Amino acid sequence: MINKLVLCGASALLMLSSPAVAQKAAAPNDAQIAHIAYTAGQLDIDAGKQALAKSHDKAVRSFAETMVRDHGAVNEQALALVKKLGVTPQDNATSDALTKQAKDKARELGKLSGKSFDRAYMQNEVAFHRTVNGALRTTLIPDAHNGELKSLLRTGLTLFEEHQKHAEQLAKDLR
Amino acid sequence: MTVRRFLPVRSLSLAVAAAVLALSPASAAAAAPKVYTVVIDKMKFGPVPPGIRVGDTILWVNRDFLKHSATARDKSFNVELPPKTSGKTVIRHSGTIVFYCIYHPGMTGTLNVAK
Repeated sequence: MINKLVLCGASALLMLSSPAVAQKAAAPNDAQIAHIAYTAGQLDIDAGKQALAKSHDKAVRSFAETMVRDHGAVNEQALALVKKLGVTPQDNATSDALTKQAKDKARELGKLSGKSFDRAYMQNEVAFHRTVNGALRTTLIPDAHNGELKSLLRTGLTLFEEHQKHAEQLAKDLR
Repeated sequence: MTVRRFLPVRSLSLAVAAAVLALSPASAAAAAPKVYTVVIDKMKFGPVPPGIRVGDTILWVNRDFLKHSATARDKSFNVELPPKTSGKTVIRHSGTIVFYCIYHPGMTGTLNVAK
């Protein structure tokens, strides 16, 4: 089961990193970067809500609540910023790939319950944050042109790195 | 004899009283509680000022747009800090108190409290 999940996580990373690499070649513009960052945040909020509906584990629920609250707060800042800059977030291949992958994962997690769900949710949170943080470091932050967008993405990365560490610790505790 | 025995005691009491009176302004100044500020910014607890003593107050200032907490590992305090707010803790015991944010456990700091 765990091996299968690890494989799923690895393939998710591969699937997600390819469009990100393709975008890197094309250098995403600020409107696309804003869309990718916002989409990633919204997908993790949805995953957190699914965990809150399914999990009974205190630590997992507390983590999910933090994801919903933190990503909601960052996205609120992102929305205020794009409005201020007069930028309309632009749909793109990376956002679409992230969304498709998250929907597939949500369906898969929907079939699980109890400890199996908790473990799979936490492992996916580790994989998801690792992927998004990698994209922020190598593509989104370096390619952002607007200083305020770059700064918000940097703040986001600091926060999401903490989420990743927290998720890694909880995933380990649940083993 | 009785009078003689009492006299030194009485003068000693007076001496002690005078000493206490002489010392009281200094000891009152030393014991006057102080307020120390610790700022939370960009997912980090800022530097903790030195010289904290039992009875002093820590003012936690959260500059982030994220909810944090200042929570003692030994459970001696737990302050919820909604975005852009501040909260206070009165320090009740001496020693090394490690604190962290319950929502972001990687955020930690240490209070060194003297008696």
